[in-house]
Amino acid sequence: MSRFVEVVRRDLRLALRQGSDSVMVVTFFILTVILFPFGLGPETNLLERVSPGVLMVTALLASMLSLDRLFQADYEDGSLELLAMSPMPLELAVAAKMLAHWLTTGLPLIVVAPVLAVLLHLPAEGFAPLLAAMALGTPVLSLIGGIGAALVLGARRGGVLLSLLILPLYIPVLIFSVGAIDAAIQGLEAGPHLLILGGVLIAALALSPWVAAAALRQAVE
Amino acid sequence: MVFSRLGFTLEPGGALLLLGPNGSGKSSLLRVLAGLLRPSDGVLEWNGQTLTEDPEAHAARTHYLGHHDAIKPVLSVAEMVRFWARLHRTDFAQADRAAEAAILRFGLGPLADMPGRMLSAGQKRRVNLARLLAAPCPLWLMDEPTTALDRASIAVLETVLAEHRAQGGMVVLSTHTDIVLPDAEILSLDRFAPAPEGLS
Repeated sequence: MSRFVEVVRRDLRLALRQGSDSVMVVTFFILTVILFPFGLGPETNLLERVSPGVLMVTALLASMLSLDRLFQADYEDGSLELLAMSPMPLELAVAAKMLAHWLTTGLPLIVVAPVLAVLLHLPAEGFAPLLAAMALGTPVLSLIGGIGAALVLGARRGGVLLSLLILPLYIPVLIFSVGAIDAAIQGLEAGPHLLILGGVLIAALALSPWVAAAALRQAVE
Repeated sequence: MVFSRLGFTLEPGGALLLLGPNGSGKSSLLRVLAGLLRPSDGVLEWNGQTLTEDPEAHAARTHYLGHHDAIKPVLSVAEMVRFWARLHRTDFAQADRAAEAAILRFGLGPLADMPGRMLSAGQKRRVNLARLLAAPCPLWLMDEPTTALDRASIAVLETVLAEHRAQGGMVVLSTHTDIVLPDAEILSLDRFAPAPEGLS
């Protein structure tokens, strides 16, 4: 377990010192959300109606921006081979890297989301489910995205390929998180949607590290 | 196929020197020994147990030094060596002491707080070598470890290798330059190249 923490700490340290990834993801999120009122017009009704979808789709695209770097740097400088050869299971190291990715990209998105929700006139009832859906949904993005990042390792133009592979898999997260927010706005239960989202998170947590580690072993061969 | 019909055993304290022209399979053999590359045929055994049975145990007792030095531009020398030491040990205080000793051993003391991007190629290689010393592993697989090293550092490496073997450690090393490795067995990989097709 201490090794797990050590890998998380190393990745956080790298992310904080390089700094660019978190800033880029959050800036992309903010700028893209701001574009919508310009494109759709400032009508409150319309913005209210589309705000849950806009927020979730944009957050999803933003979290994908930094994914191709998840294993790329370690792959290029040889650290990945050494991680694969360390006494800790590669699955655990992969899970640690995914956690660090979520802490540096998913968490900042959750922090900014309520501010942007105000900008899009999200009704007050929608805020709690928005935060809950993002808290459950963004880790799934890092987990499933990690599989994609491991699969495209070493491929030319991996970034584009990664989006094509991963975006379809994000659809369940999108459906149920927007469903939860919409339900709360219309005065219905958000709970069932969030429970399914939680189920998706648990499944992703259980499967992704193994799948990604298998893909990484192929990549270092 | 790069090589075939190749076999050897290594005793505790033993060393194997891999020689051969470029492309003869030195790096591939080392990667097979490290468990990073699967051989298309054949077996590897450790004390009579095949490696594929427990790849993690093999990883825990093996150090691999490849072409890349795993240097992070934004981490300092001390941070990098300490990280790898901690991955191999459970006692962090002990790991940190071993990392510090390894850094001093390879003459990196004045550079301990220097970030990776400021290091020269030879210094990067020394950081990578310090990683081996910071965590004890019986088997060292080294792919051209002398690349970019100066004479003095090669001498340090030779003493470190001798000490490692004196403690019962094993070394498999590929090289193009001269390195003193007393009583090392020599394996010339060009002898094991598969016969060209149509000739056999």
